[in-house]
Amino acid sequence: MLSASERERIERAIAVAGDRRSAVSEVLMVVQEARGWVSDQSLADVAEALAMSADEVEGVATFFELVFRRSVGKHVILVCDSVSCWITGYEALLGQLRSRLGIGPGETTADGMFTILPAGCLGACDKAPAMMVDEELFVGVGSEELDRILKWVRDGRHGDAPHR
Amino acid sequence: MATPLTARIRSDGVAVDLASYEASGGYQGLRAALAMGSAGVREAVTQAKLRGRGGAGFNTGLKWSFVPIEDGAQHYVVANADEKEPGTMKDRLLMEGDPHSLIEGLAITALAIKASVGFIFLRREYSKCALALERALGEARAKGYLGEAILGSDFSLEIHLHLSAGRYMCGEETGLLNALEGKRATPRSKPPFPQVSGLWGKPTIVNNVETLVNVPVILRDGSEAFKALSLTGDGGTKLYGVSGRVRNPGVWELPLGTSAREIMERAGGMAEGLSLRGFIPGGASTDFLGGDKLDVKMDFDSVAQAGSRLGTGTMVVLDDRTCPVGMVLSLERFFARESCGWCTPCREGLPWVVRCLEALESGSGEMGDIETLEELSRRLSPGSTFCAFAPGAVEPLQSALKLFRSDFEDHVRKGACPWK
Ligand SMILES: Cc1cc2nc3c(=O)[nH]c(=O)nc-3n(C[C@H](O)[C@H](O)[C@H](O)COP(=O)(O)O)c2cc1C
Ligand code: SF4
Ligand code: FES
Repeated sequence: MLSASERERIERAIAVAGDRRSAVSEVLMVVQEARGWVSDQSLADVAEALAMSADEVEGVATFFELVFRRSVGKHVILVCDSVSCWITGYEALLGQLRSRLGIGPGETTADGMFTILPAGCLGACDKAPAMMVDEELFVGVGSEELDRILKWVRDGRHGDAPHR
Repeated sequence: MATPLTARIRSDGVAVDLASYEASGGYQGLRAALAMGSAGVREAVTQAKLRGRGGAGFNTGLKWSFVPIEDGAQHYVVANADEKEPGTMKDRLLMEGDPHSLIEGLAITALAIKASVGFIFLRREYSKCALALERALGEARAKGYLGEAILGSDFSLEIHLHLSAGRYMCGEETGLLNALEGKRATPRSKPPFPQVSGLWGKPTIVNNVETLVNVPVILRDGSEAFKALSLTGDGGTKLYGVSGRVRNPGVWELPLGTSAREIMERAGGMAEGLSLRGFIPGGASTDFLGGDKLDVKMDFDSVAQAGSRLGTGTMVVLDDRTCPVGMVLSLERFFARESCGWCTPCREGLPWVVRCLEALESGSGEMGDIETLEELSRRLSPGSTFCAFAPGAVEPLQSALKLFRSDFEDHVRKGACPWK
């Protein structure tokens, strides 16, 4: 069941998009923001709210990379594995993430805190290697920066982000 | 040197607000356009010889001319702000730093093709751009640059900001239109082209962010001044970028037709102790050029003559201590993952390309794998697949197989990656 606040945000998304169906990816993101991911039940609820079939919504949900159809950790780390980052240290960065968190791409830490996902170019190639944690971009991420970033996120993002 | 696209952008990362935008000539292009009218604007942009900055380099004025301007139907304009081509980071700079320039460019484009609704199709990962654009759209509405009867004229325009949920194919213009309609972003067959039948079947112009940001410059300074910005027959400056192991990677606005060598000088040359082996001139889907090609002028025709494409104009350099096979593998993994799966050669061919490259890179490959890669490049060439994605995907592969042939063969002979 969608919550009242989800319903309200969904109606707003439809108004902005100008048509119910056009809002589908935005509506999926509304539900995901509230619940962390899009379960089968949420998918069915979205389909009903948009007067689409569940199959149609599933087609869209599985096409887009930022719609998660499986549960993820509290924070999602998108690590850019595209060409400029690959040249300048993606593998080292991923290695450091593995040793700090004990997980690789597609996996979630046992405490449910972090999920690592591979990402295509994040448009920060001149400051590679790049990664995002939730909505935040981090560039030129070396070993020390990574420790500061993970600590900052774990501590609830207090103070300024450790951007470089 | 004139840098009309980036001159306002602040070094502290704070987006230019409406007051500073206006104080430095902002919305003068729109005022000029309103005075000239739709046909006059189209004429000015055609005269200016602006070519699309999204990769294909199509003449912008000519593209607009295919819209049935006077049919009285609903028309749409769309800013393509999906920017996911690996190695490309230029549109981000414009939207984060100077969001009003995109809004003004879209407004003038809408006036030119008689559209009353516009969309900015922005990748969701660009959260800083989204904030800057939201704020700028609000300011523009409040000041009468958007909405009903703009600046007292009979021209009205509403612009919606659409945040994509992420996929490279959303950048292909017909995939983008499907995504805006709430469908999977698979491409549509062309013809009909979007200029005639686009969003919800209505005439639609899709232009790249950098293309649109050039439009106010043309209207404000005139077509001749715009042409004079360039070193070639095509008009304007270009945002060039360099990434890879150089001293000072970045993005710079330079006259269109600046040589790759001068762009590399901006980047401070190769990083300590490295030398240049080659580069892809304009993002992941362009052919490699050898390190001896630095004197190539980075404009559409010169790069094509040299055997590649200007693409997005953002170079990625290969140094002499990075494995070319590994670099191509990284590129092809991206493409195999992003294939939309609609047509068989691309859906099946790209994973096969990746498997061959993985075998070579890990040392278990055979000479036959190199031939298979050549065969696959031919089978994914233009005309063999439903859209331009697959031909783009094999451009770096086919050129690497020629330029760095001995590196591929060394992997087989040594049974290992010589760089590891
Ligand atoms: C797979 C693929 C991805 C593309 N991605 C983008 C993109 O992210 N941004 C863009 O402006 N053009 C992209 N294009 C090119 C667009 O299809 C289209 O040509 C362009 O937006 C037209 O704008 P322009 O005429 O101003 O260059 C892509 C093309 C293909 C085939
Ligand atoms: S070439 Fe690739 S991306 Fe284009 S339609 Fe075919 S499968 Fe989809
Ligand atoms: S290649 Fe990693 S940000 Fe572009």
